[in-house]
This record gives sequence, structure tokens and C-alpha cells, in this order.
Amino acid sequence: MSGKSIVVTSGKGGVGKTTTVANIGTGLALRGKRVVLLDADIGLRNLDVVMGLENRIVFDLVAVCEKKCKIRQALIKDKRFENLYLIPAAQTREKDAVTPAQMKELCDELRKEFDYIIIDCPAGIEQGFKNAVAGADEAIVVTTPEVSAVRDADRIIGLLQANELYEPRLVINRIRPEMVRKGDMMDIEDVNDILAISLLGVIPDDEMIIISTNKGEPAVMDKNSRAGEAYRNVVARLEGEDVPIMSLDNNHSVFQRIKRWIGM
Amino acid sequence: MDFLSRLFRDSGSKEAAVERLRLVLVHDRAQVSPGLLETLKEELIQVISKYMDIDEKGMVVQLNSSDQRATLMANIPVRRVKR
Repeated sequence: MSGKSIVVTSGKGGVGKTTTVANIGTGLALRGKRVVLLDADIGLRNLDVVMGLENRIVFDLVAVCEKKCKIRQALIKDKRFENLYLIPAAQTREKDAVTPAQMKELCDELRKEFDYIIIDCPAGIEQGFKNAVAGADEAIVVTTPEVSAVRDADRIIGLLQANELYEPRLVINRIRPEMVRKGDMMDIEDVNDILAISLLGVIPDDEMIIISTNKGEPAVMDKNSRAGEAYRNVVARLEGEDVPIMSLDNNHSVFQRIKRWIGM
Repeated sequence: MDFLSRLFRDSGSKEAAVERLRLVLVHDRAQVSPGLLETLKEELIQVISKYMDIDEKGMVVQLNSSDQRATLMANIPVRRVKR
């Protein structure tokens, strides 16, 4: 078996990389895939809490790379899915505690055991970024519809291509349909036109994400969450299914549209 | 007010976002800073002034993008040709 490694990156911090990693990974596991999540954000470990696995950490990524433990020992099994694992980042070390060559070697080993390796890349474009992309076969770029996030995404796309990841795919996170409708937020088309890479998914801004992060349970498992549904679609597309981008408007009736149009 | 603003579509802040992004990305992608463009403009003025009397205030030098490619656009109003 030879799995695929996918790095999730953004350039700018706080756009939802870690949330995206947790949801894509859990979504793939829901479909029965063998998945390992790799937190490459050394020094700022977070994927463990988003997954609700913070109490189970013994070994971490740095320990694995320095061969202080076996890969198997650092794999934390998820609470809910037995085919889902996490290798946490080290919390106490520096970003350059790991080298790109070590990351590549680790991904090559993991590929033998798993269908998917999802790598959570740190914000920024320094050593941590270089480590995170070193072992990746594909890349996902997460952005929000804001000037600063899109600008950084554009920069990251260039850097990914310089690292031979030529076809990164885009996830536009935290779209607010109401603001788009008022002309106060860039829409999918605006962002897509500017970045000009293929669109993997659009995630609506959803309070359920905050609630699910509070609990350490990825929203993709929640049937009632709009963001969860959007992530399930992203996962289906990763698996090669042709799923249309979902409509972001909640109410479609003509009456409600007229009401909205006249501003009631 | 909401009703009125809707009649004049492009009134939202999104147009500003798109426009600012496009401009900043042209410079980012071409790795040309606004400062470099300013230097270029001043040198252009020096060279062209040898041959023509130009309207420096009305002069525009900017990078544009078309099809992922940067183009340098200079619009230089000429008052008269020196002989």
C-alpha cells in the first residue's frame, strides 16, 4: 500500500489550517480510510486539542525524527475512529529541530501504512514551512476572503510551486453569505479569479466550528453543521468524486429574496 | 438606507478589496516595489526631458497585470518637443 501525503498550508495564520486538517482527516476516516495527521507546527502544537487528544501525548514529531522512539510509539489513536491517528508536534522545541530530509523519510515510512498523511503546516514561510512541504505529494491552500489572507495565499502558491507542488488546491474558509450579498465580502469567484488554482471547497463561517473545537470533536462528524457538510464535500472531492460547490444561501424562497432585496 | 444602497450596486467594500489585492499582487508577483517604480519614473523623466518638455504631474507609471503577466504602463503627456 502506498498512501498520499497532503500538506495543508496558508501563509497567514488564523485562517483555519488546523481546523481544516482535523476535519479533512476525520472525514476521510469516516469513509474508512487509514489516515494519519501530522502536526508540523513545532513549538505551537494545536492539532491535538482540536482533535481532543491532548491527554494522550507521550512522544512527538521531534522524538520520532531524532529516532528517540519508534514511529508506532508516537502514533496516537483517535478516540472515535480506530483507523485515524495523530503524530503531535513537539511543544518545547524550536522549529528547526526537524529537517526537510527527516520529514521526507517519515512520510515515506507512513505511506506504507496509511492511505492519507495530512500535514498541518505552520504559518509563515520559514523553516517550518520547508519542513512541512518536504514530504508532501500534494498541497491544499486555505484562505479566507480577506485581502491579507489572499495575498499570503498567492505568495504561498508561488513557494509551493518552487517546491515542485505544482497543482495546489484551494479551500476558501469562513465565507459569510450575508456579507457577500451586501457586497462587503469577496465572493468565491473573486478569490478564485485572483488566485487562479483549482477550487477544492468553500466553507461557510459557522459557529458550530467554535463549539466543536471547544469539545475537541471535528465538525465534519456533525450532521447539522453547515461547515461540517462543506468539509464532507471537500473530502468527497479529495476522493475523486464530482460534488458541486454547495449554495451558501440559507433561504431560497422568492418572498424572502424580495424581503432581503428591499432590506427588511 | 439599505434599500437605497442596494440600488447603487458596487457600493460595498468588496470592490475596494479586489482592486487593492490586484494591485498589490502585481507588485508581489513581479517583485517590483512601489519604491523601485518611483525611481524608474524619475529616471524616465530625466531621459525624456532631454528631448521633450513633459507634464510631470500628469505622468502615470504603473505595473498592470494581464493573463498572469506584468506589463509596465507609462502615460507621459508631452507639452512640446525640444528642437
